[in-house]
Amino acid sequence: MAELINTVGENVERRWRWQKFWQRFSRNKLAVAGLVLACLMFFTGIFAPWLAPYSYTEINLDAVEQMPSLAHPLGTDELGRDQLSRIIWGARTAVIVAPTATFFGVSLGLLFGLLAGYYRGWVETVIMRLADILFAFPGILLAILIAATVQTRIETWLKGFEALEGFVKAGFAQVIVVILALSAVGWPGMARLVRGQVLSLREQQFVEAAWAIGAKPWRVITRHILPNAMAPIVVSTSMSMGGAITAEAGLSFMGIGIRPPTPSWGALIIDNYSFWRSPAAPVLLWLPALIVGATVAAFNFIGDGLNEALSPD
Amino acid sequence: MFTYVIRRLLWLPFLLLIIAFITFALGLYGPGDPVMVMLGQHANPEAVARVRHELGLDRPFLVQYADYIWKALHGDLGESLKYRGQPVGRLLGKRLIVTVQFNAVVIAVGLAVGIPLGILAALNHNNLIDYSIVALTVAGISLPIFAIAPMAMWFLAARFHLLPSGGWEGIFSRRIIMPTLVLSIGPAAVFVRQTRANMLEVLSQEYVRTARAKGLRERTVIVIHALRNALIPLFTIFGLMLGGLVGGGIITESIFGIPGIGSLVWDAFGARDYPVIMAYTLLVAVAYTLANLLVDVCYRFIDPRIRYG
Repeated sequence: MAELINTVGENVERRWRWQKFWQRFSRNKLAVAGLVLACLMFFTGIFAPWLAPYSYTEINLDAVEQMPSLAHPLGTDELGRDQLSRIIWGARTAVIVAPTATFFGVSLGLLFGLLAGYYRGWVETVIMRLADILFAFPGILLAILIAATVQTRIETWLKGFEALEGFVKAGFAQVIVVILALSAVGWPGMARLVRGQVLSLREQQFVEAAWAIGAKPWRVITRHILPNAMAPIVVSTSMSMGGAITAEAGLSFMGIGIRPPTPSWGALIIDNYSFWRSPAAPVLLWLPALIVGATVAAFNFIGDGLNEALSPD
Repeated sequence: MFTYVIRRLLWLPFLLLIIAFITFALGLYGPGDPVMVMLGQHANPEAVARVRHELGLDRPFLVQYADYIWKALHGDLGESLKYRGQPVGRLLGKRLIVTVQFNAVVIAVGLAVGIPLGILAALNHNNLIDYSIVALTVAGISLPIFAIAPMAMWFLAARFHLLPSGGWEGIFSRRIIMPTLVLSIGPAAVFVRQTRANMLEVLSQEYVRTARAKGLRERTVIVIHALRNALIPLFTIFGLMLGGLVGGGIITESIFGIPGIGSLVWDAFGARDYPVIMAYTLLVAVAYTLANLLVDVCYRFIDPRIRYG
């Protein structure tokens, strides 16, 4: 009975906390707008096959470089491919790459940061030195080198499994390569952040108390340290989503990782870059560029809102 | 303090050794073959083998690596594979001058625009001016260079013929205006953000209240008491940007046709010109590490509250 009351109480408190969080988050109108935009991007990406009027590879040489019309709301490129469909399919790539790369980057950073901050000693030295090295490496170049090195390897490896042949053809190997490269470049920042948090928290009395009653390290970390370090981690995760989208577009822009015909916003921009002085530039070139910018801005706004909602007054 | 600096500097050679190792490994096991790029797809195998032997690329990995380090210690960074016969050091040096000049202009513009706007936003906290500056800032941080560049080029070069679309004739030429405009948006936005946040924090401090209570003029309070303290954290960012100054922008320099170190590396990557790539990574690592150290050391003099063990 007592237990039942306890869980009910916990549930009520949890709901109350969420309400308060939402109240504070929604005070920031830009953050709410960012959330709406991010949801729109996920929706577009997930339902791309049903939303796109054409296939992104469909070449139509009778309708080349057309200005917007009813048949092609955003015009066509030099091969007569429908611009709107390519943008919609590009959202799908962004929806796959950005969250996955962020997930791996954040998880690695979280793990290494916790280990370094909690165990100190040589564990900390090794991990933080590794982070130092990756920081001193020019980030985009490291991503380029990693992507270029593993690309063919992963493609041949995947081709070894006959069932995955279609996967490789659809450009999934490229997507995996980009995710790998971005995660490798992304974790050190998170590791530094988490370590700093853990270092200050482990000196707190409630952590000392937990040790004193003989709590296991795992319990101390998950119950006492992590919940209190959560706010900056969540904020930084939101910001790295934006960073991952820019980085993916940047890599594709440089012709590494995701390449046409696999749809990607960055590849779309570089594909249409030669139109920069043509009257079609606003549709063919600016639109994908602005979509990338707006999506990144959305995640930055969400990060700002989370920061305000999660930091104690 | 002295031991602290020495300890940090002692780490640098190890860092460089490891970074050189990683780049070397990625280069050797990566795809593409510099010799194939040099001689073309259908070169005869004997010629390929001969050139490979001449360049020493047929030796075991560790031998090549040790040889590279040994020569680098003697100031010889090897010869470029793409520009045959050109020492990498001289090639890099020429490009570095361009990149450093260009980025210095960019950072200066960023500072000149960013700090005043940040102060303005903080002084108008939570009203329309503040909101518009903050919104602009986020836009500036979010839009990648390759997104802003085509728009700026369309308006200023293609449509209204106000400015040339890029190229390089030194920092006093009109050609530098467009790339600077586009590239300084990012640093300016970062400076606005930081200045605003620091100003807001400082303005709520007790010494600012004291200064106001003493009846000092508002301008004195802002400039002498608040601003000086608000700018301290900016120093870190500034220092890191100085470190990044050496690296240059690989994307930016290629877009605007600036013959700096970034576009050199991009070309080098296309030709699998690994000596150049190696030297570039080492250079960036040294610049980054030294900039970091410099920031930490100077910080102590700027902000005496900080102590190092």
